[in-house]
Amino acid sequence: MNDSNLSDTRITRCFANLAKQNRKAFVAFLTGGDPDYQTSKQLVSGLPAAGVDLIEIGMPFSDPMADGPSIQVSSQRALRNGMTLVKTLDLVREFRKTDDATPIVLMGYYNPIYRYGAHHFVQECAEIGVDGLIIVDLPPEEDKELCEPALTAGLHWVRLVTPSTDDDRIDAVLHNVSGFVYYISVLGVTGTRRAMADHIEVAVSRLRKYTSLPIAVGFGIKTPEHAKAVAEHADGIVVGSAIVDMVKANLDESGKPNAELVDRVHDFVRDIAKGVENA
Amino acid sequence: MVPLNSNINSETDSFRSGPDETGHFGIYGGRFVAETLMPLILNVEKAYRAASNDPEFQSEFDYYAEHYIGRPSPLYHAARLSEHLGGPKIYFKRDELNHTGAHKINNTLGQILLARRMKKTRIIAETGAGQHGVATATVCALFDLPCVVYMGETDIERQAPNVFRMKLLGAEVIPVTSGTGTLKDAMNEALRDWVANVDTTFYIIGTVAGPHPYPEMVRNFQSVIGNETREQILEAENRLPDCLVACIGGGSNAMGLFHPFLDHPDIQIIGVEAAGLGIETGKHAASITGGQPGVLHGNRTYLLQTDDGQIIDAHSISAGLDYPGIGPEHSWLHESGRVSYVSVTDQEALEAFQLCCQTEGIIPALEPAHALAHVMKISKQFDPSQILVMNMCGRGDKDVFSVAEALGTKL
Repeated sequence: MNDSNLSDTRITRCFANLAKQNRKAFVAFLTGGDPDYQTSKQLVSGLPAAGVDLIEIGMPFSDPMADGPSIQVSSQRALRNGMTLVKTLDLVREFRKTDDATPIVLMGYYNPIYRYGAHHFVQECAEIGVDGLIIVDLPPEEDKELCEPALTAGLHWVRLVTPSTDDDRIDAVLHNVSGFVYYISVLGVTGTRRAMADHIEVAVSRLRKYTSLPIAVGFGIKTPEHAKAVAEHADGIVVGSAIVDMVKANLDESGKPNAELVDRVHDFVRDIAKGVENA
Repeated sequence: MVPLNSNINSETDSFRSGPDETGHFGIYGGRFVAETLMPLILNVEKAYRAASNDPEFQSEFDYYAEHYIGRPSPLYHAARLSEHLGGPKIYFKRDELNHTGAHKINNTLGQILLARRMKKTRIIAETGAGQHGVATATVCALFDLPCVVYMGETDIERQAPNVFRMKLLGAEVIPVTSGTGTLKDAMNEALRDWVANVDTTFYIIGTVAGPHPYPEMVRNFQSVIGNETREQILEAENRLPDCLVACIGGGSNAMGLFHPFLDHPDIQIIGVEAAGLGIETGKHAASITGGQPGVLHGNRTYLLQTDDGQIIDAHSISAGLDYPGIGPEHSWLHESGRVSYVSVTDQEALEAFQLCCQTEGIIPALEPAHALAHVMKISKQFDPSQILVMNMCGRGDKDVFSVAEALGTKL
């Protein structure tokens, strides 16, 4: 397997630059195509200017088993408005026309990729400027499916490490991981419980014994204060459900975005970014 | 797109050797779950292996199977029906006579005994028609464990009597509104619960699907059906049957009947899926006949899905067959050619339902009525010297309201 080409990528450069400036990474999640393709395109393109260092785009799936209510309904909004895996790739293609620096990680579930064809998918991702993948339902036991083809194609494979990942398992989980490690700070689905800063401190320092990769912490971060508190113990933080909730809050009864949606979401993201900056 | 390396296992020359140690039947099965669940699922597997090798576990299972479920269930020669159809000698494996009225309790008994060995203090389950929910609530009452059953909002409306049964048995029934509010969403919600409560909770999955070791474990608990059938038919006829027929939603009753017979090549084995309003209408639950391979709920198997890989809701008059997937071992048995998979419409199942009532005095569940509808179709291919065994996997008391409605009778 040739993954030596993963030592100098948008993701490694991003974390290296931040480390030089003694800053923490702000990773923002949006569901691709939520609430519709055009609005989603504007939302994604404004994230770097709002202070986001790394963008995670969710690939909508009908059965998002590991997600809480916020991301479930955002996936449904996107699918209802015609979002597909092909269009998620289009979204990245359009973003890359004007931004060749901000790392993009696609996050989702395996079935749409499997239908599309795993090899075809990773090659296309590499060509259009996707930097990494987080596929929730592919544990290390199934690495042959997509992880190994992704590494060969030059994509980072980012895995979730959880509070239930014990010492027996941690090496297996970190195997093949590059770019950064995504530590899930609570047991459960996305966006539901709030993580305690002291738990995170212990968990992150334990994780550092096993990896030298940057560690981003996510699940349940909703405010600039919380973002700051968590970022103080990690190399970066991930915010998803709270941003997606802000999308939802700016939809009218029929699900159409109001005129302020894009600005309001970017304002909220900017506030979180300030919290991270103060960490 | 998919390499079809699903032939008979060349080392053992057996259809009964699956899954391999990573939980695969050919390319099907596996463990496609979030990392949070992996340590737990590995623990379930370890505990199940230890239990399988412990004679005490087996004797505990046998004790409750006999004295609580009422096993062995009879293998009954349906003489009037056989005569009426003019084909083979038809036997019903009467798992509808089990306590709670279906085969589901064979599996919930096995899993709750395992949960107790693992010192789990809380049980969760998903249910569609409510049969698995009732069977789970029943064993939870028996062993005094709190029970939470996830059930789609749509199904709660359709299956009110079973919801009430579960509540009488002390279970908490949680309506699922996410997604389309049906069985697949109930399973998603149960998995979400499990992720958040890994330390205390055991998830009793109701069919031969889900991440390894569930498909294997559920099959083995349900194999009591096939093992008894084998003994009983040898006793009654001094030979093995020529044909086995069972209905398939997730496919647990079928796996249970089929598995002990898979290595007898002369026995024709047929699984019957629900064609709903007809495969061509798209309103069906026939994952093999009308779906493609995909990954959902922890395993790779045939699924009803769009070209974009989004899961489509299933339709069947029988709520118990109304699932957009099928157990991975069935997908493998289909591709290896060992088992034939066919489908039967709502209408055909309704006709079989009525025929069974009239000729045998047995009100079948709508699920095995699908199996019977196929038996009716193929009976002319057999002669009276041949033997066919059909799994009567559930009784129809729960279905009388929906059958009345379908037949235009106001109750």
